[in-house]
Amino acid sequence: MNAQLAAYSTSTGEAFQFWVLGTVAVIGALCTVFMKKAVHSALCLAGTMIVLAVFYLANGAYFLGVVQIVVYTGAIMMLFLFVVMLVGVTAADSLRETIKGQRWLALLCGLGFGILLVAGIGNASLNEFNGLTEANANGNVEGLATLLFSKYVFAFEITGALLITAAVGAMVLTHRERTERAKTQRELAEQRVREGKHLPPLPAPGVYARHNAVDIAGLLPDGTPSELTVSKTLRERGQIRDVSTEAISDLKALEQRAKDRLERTNSGEASQ
Amino acid sequence: MNPVNYIYLAALLFTIGATGVLIRRNAIVVFMCIELMLNACNLTLVAFSRMHGNLDGQIIAFFTMVVAAAEVVVGLAIIVSLFRSRHSASVDDASLMKL
Repeated sequence: MNAQLAAYSTSTGEAFQFWVLGTVAVIGALCTVFMKKAVHSALCLAGTMIVLAVFYLANGAYFLGVVQIVVYTGAIMMLFLFVVMLVGVTAADSLRETIKGQRWLALLCGLGFGILLVAGIGNASLNEFNGLTEANANGNVEGLATLLFSKYVFAFEITGALLITAAVGAMVLTHRERTERAKTQRELAEQRVREGKHLPPLPAPGVYARHNAVDIAGLLPDGTPSELTVSKTLRERGQIRDVSTEAISDLKALEQRAKDRLERTNSGEASQ
Repeated sequence: MNPVNYIYLAALLFTIGATGVLIRRNAIVVFMCIELMLNACNLTLVAFSRMHGNLDGQIIAFFTMVVAAAEVVVGLAIIVSLFRSRHSASVDDASLMKL
């Protein structure tokens, strides 16, 4: 190995780290795409991001590596998890295809795009390798700060405007203006009496002596489940468990067992 | 090891993210795939910064992170308001401009 090649390649330890953690990163990315539930996707993505943070550190970007962990895995991924919890954890993707063959076409497009990218990088002449020892001589953070507050100061200021706009935008999108005064408890009670329906509190969920979980609708006297007993949030997410048929299936199983026993005893008597 | 390998890895991650955006229908997962693509770009910038021996690439990666944070805030707010009006986070259900 000549001197130029030696200067061009990294240490063996870094190579080992790259191959091990690179595999983890690719597996995490694949799991992000192919996991059915959004929570699992979010956790896999968090893993990939931590691996990328390690790669930043290995590449001499110490500040970015720490920022990646604090901002990405700490703040952004937790925001994602928060929204996943808000929207409904068990809400899995529907597997019905709306456009025929879209999935295979998408996979084909992805494969072609990947080949294009890899071929492009392979043909590029990337034979410059200087390393960051010179640039990081006064410390990575100091070097970044010098650049940020001299050459890129205008972009930095505009970033501030962008962040303020984003914060205001998020508030505008999620905040609902209350146009009238909130009703007091007395007014609500009077309204209920005036409307004449559900004077008493709403019925409780669950079928006592069997199930009393909140996601099980209470049964009416004729055995049909009453949606009114389940909380509005669960109703809207479609997370109501139905146990109305369980009693009937239990009865059916009991009858079947009784029949089996009768048949056995009958055949036993016949054989004697 | 050749440091160009970092760029190959970034290309692979970017491709996986792009495929995910095309395949998945859950808006949150699509959004996570976009984050994956942004991260792959950041890895490219950091690797190039090391190859060229100056810190400009890291500065641009830093700005990418700031823009990604702003994007996540607005995007998740849009998803939450979509969920409120349509009771679903699937991108197929958001086919009308107005309810």
